[in-house]
Amino acid sequence: MPLFTALIAGLVFGLGLLISGMSNPAKVLGFLDLGGRWDPSLAFVMVGAIVVATIGYALARRRARSWLDLSLQWPTARGIDRRLVLGGLVFGIGWGLAGFCPGPALVALGQGREQALIFVAAMLVGMGLFEWWQRR
Amino acid sequence: MNIAWQDFTPWAALGGGALIGLAAALLMLANGQIAGISGVLGNLVRGPRQAGGWRLAFVAGLLLAPWLFAAFVPAAPATIEAGPLRLVIAGLFVGIGTRLGSGCTSGHGVCGLSRGSVRSLVATLAFMAAGFVTVFVLRHA
Repeated sequence: MPLFTALIAGLVFGLGLLISGMSNPAKVLGFLDLGGRWDPSLAFVMVGAIVVATIGYALARRRARSWLDLSLQWPTARGIDRRLVLGGLVFGIGWGLAGFCPGPALVALGQGREQALIFVAAMLVGMGLFEWWQRR
Repeated sequence: MNIAWQDFTPWAALGGGALIGLAAALLMLANGQIAGISGVLGNLVRGPRQAGGWRLAFVAGLLLAPWLFAAFVPAAPATIEAGPLRLVIAGLFVGIGTRLGSGCTSGHGVCGLSRGSVRSLVATLAFMAAGFVTVFVLRHA
């Protein structure tokens, strides 16, 4: 059952990316292009997502366990350190370079786009490099 | 500022965004997990032992979503302007940056802000600012 609900969550998440236009790098870059003809749509994606997720999380916070009797894995990190900011900046540069962040890249990969395959492969290599660097 | 009114799709954005929020809520309410895609992928990269089946199932859902979508409406457009070299560099930056900063647009931008996390707000401001500057440099500098 946890596999089924996670699959549904992934499907709904992906449909949301497709419907909202987040899965289209050209539209993402249109949002990031403040100096050109700016497309504010993605701000509305964030608003829609945050309103619904805030309600869902408020419901979840009242529970000790999930619907499937699993523990609720709320993040515990609180500190704002150099790693957080530097990581955000590095990610933002990569996001601006191609218009892909991880979710939309997976959706585009599911669409069979060969450019998405290149991006996702490089992203996984990047994650692997980070793991290797962490373990040294 | 010049607004691209003909590209502006507020209702699709709000509706699609609501679905993203619904998926994040479902994953917490049912599985007790944060819907952070870079975190999910990062744990899969670590190896099958840490993976947990739910992560594979969630990724499978994302990969299958366009197929479900195409069954009802014409395929969603995706225009990818970046060439292979830029895609590789972008992918490396996104992979390293999201792991270093413990999250991406979904984990920090949607889930974190919905939990009222100050940490996620700082990360979101950082990647948004870097994204704006990068596109400005590429297109206008």
